[in-house]
Amino acid sequence: MSETLLRVAQVSKHFGGFNALSEVSIEIAQGERFGLIGPNGSGKTTLINCISGSLRNDGGSIVFDGHEISGLPAFERTRLGIARSFQIPRPFSSMSVLENLLVPLEYVVHRRSMHAADTRAEAMQILESMSLADKADTPSNRLTQVELRKLELARAMAARPRLLISDEAMAGLSSTEVEEVLAILRKLNASGITVIMIEHIMRAVMGFSQRVICLDAGRIICEGTPESIVRDPEVQKAYLGA
Amino acid sequence: MRRLASPFGIGAAATVVLAGVLALGGANEYFFFAGYVVLQFVVLATAWNILGGYAGYVNFGTAAFFGIGAYTSVLLFKSLGAPLLVQMAAAAVVTGLLGFGTGLLTLRLRGIFYSIATVAVIFIAETLMINWRYVGGATGLQLLRPAPMLPFETYTRMLFFIMAVVAVLAVAIARYIEISWIGRGLRALRDTEEAAECSGVPTLRLKLLACTISGALMGVAGAPLPMYLSFLEPASSFSLNYSVVALAGAIIGGTAHWLGPVLGAILLASMQQIVTVTISSEMNVLVVGVMLVVFVVAAPDGILGLIRKLRRPRAAAGKP
Repeated sequence: MSETLLRVAQVSKHFGGFNALSEVSIEIAQGERFGLIGPNGSGKTTLINCISGSLRNDGGSIVFDGHEISGLPAFERTRLGIARSFQIPRPFSSMSVLENLLVPLEYVVHRRSMHAADTRAEAMQILESMSLADKADTPSNRLTQVELRKLELARAMAARPRLLISDEAMAGLSSTEVEEVLAILRKLNASGITVIMIEHIMRAVMGFSQRVICLDAGRIICEGTPESIVRDPEVQKAYLGA
Repeated sequence: MRRLASPFGIGAAATVVLAGVLALGGANEYFFFAGYVVLQFVVLATAWNILGGYAGYVNFGTAAFFGIGAYTSVLLFKSLGAPLLVQMAAAAVVTGLLGFGTGLLTLRLRGIFYSIATVAVIFIAETLMINWRYVGGATGLQLLRPAPMLPFETYTRMLFFIMAVVAVLAVAIARYIEISWIGRGLRALRDTEEAAECSGVPTLRLKLLACTISGALMGVAGAPLPMYLSFLEPASSFSLNYSVVALAGAIIGGTAHWLGPVLGAILLASMQQIVTVTISSEMNVLVVGVMLVVFVVAAPDGILGLIRKLRRPRAAAGKP
């Protein structure tokens, strides 16, 4: 296996007396397609919040590309190469679709550069690759659900990440739309970007991932190939009840 | 060079020249007395908008920065006899630092909690000044104006010109912030702070920067107040009226564009002056309240939003 990009070791997070994560450890290799599943409330989003910096983990360490990042604010992690989409889309709603992409381009890629035209051209390129180019000047609060999901991914891509975390980018989409988003993620992965996919749509996450981890009540209950995961009795119990 | 020749640069230069010509030429002395107040509110509303409009952090503490600016001047004038421009520069430094400090303490609060904390800053500052005898305590301090700088005939005319220059500078700073990467970052964090942070925007740093610049400009607006009145006392220097008019001016004008606070402050402060003279000085407070209610209900995006809607009525009506 190729070298490790992200190493999460013994990470815990509690909210008051509730243990959202207890000593979770994961290693993700450069270029991997990694799936994260688990019932509602199992800690998936908390885990990626800890990785992306929206939350600080209480214990354990998170090493990305050789840097210990668990003390860093989120914007610095983004600059190191971690980008994410949000489960509930959070566009910059006062801006057009194109301007949404200019934020990471200006703050991560071309910091304080004066070449506004180049930045715009790059944003357009990303929008074209997501087939959002015709919406470039649309205010982002006028987008449909699937367009919002694509904008989330496009904005994450504009930060030129090495690790992309997709948090339920397909929830609520029709099956053709799911295929569309999956194709985008596959294309990104083929270009060398490591992808963590959190998803409830089993067909999507199982078809996409090379390796899957299942969380339940803040613990990893199973890890393996997609085929082995679906047969695992622990996983079946977590999803269907005993 | 190109920037100097831009329409904004020409407009800014023309405004300064016009103010200079007016201050040197004729006109009634009262015009300068009232014009100074209007310009002062242009500065306050513009400064307020940098944090309140672009970043969405509603600050009720304008009066604290304004008053501290005025008291910085008095302190320097009384102890060292410092000239006005030095007083103003010192006020900018002091209130800029105050902005940075209060920002550090309060900017982690969001929404209404931040706003409440800023009100507290006014009361703390006012209480401190009431109890500080050297700067006049509760009774205030009478000040003797020095002779006006040449070529101005009277001190009020000079102050009018100085405040016009400050207003142009404040607007230029606000406009620069708005159209640069700083402005995009502030708008991003106003829309959604978490996503902004995950897009590489250092949200706390940007908010502190906005708070510092905004505070410094408010302090500069307050710095000439002791000389303007020849008198300074705490209750009127820290009057909530400054907070309210700064905020109302920006909202009535429109917060998304630098021109909004300028138009709003001119409209509001001029009406206040007219009402004070023609009806009564009590009524001018009512003007602010009534206009704010009317605009929030009828034109939530302010004068600029109204103009935009009138210009493109079809585009607005055609889309759901």
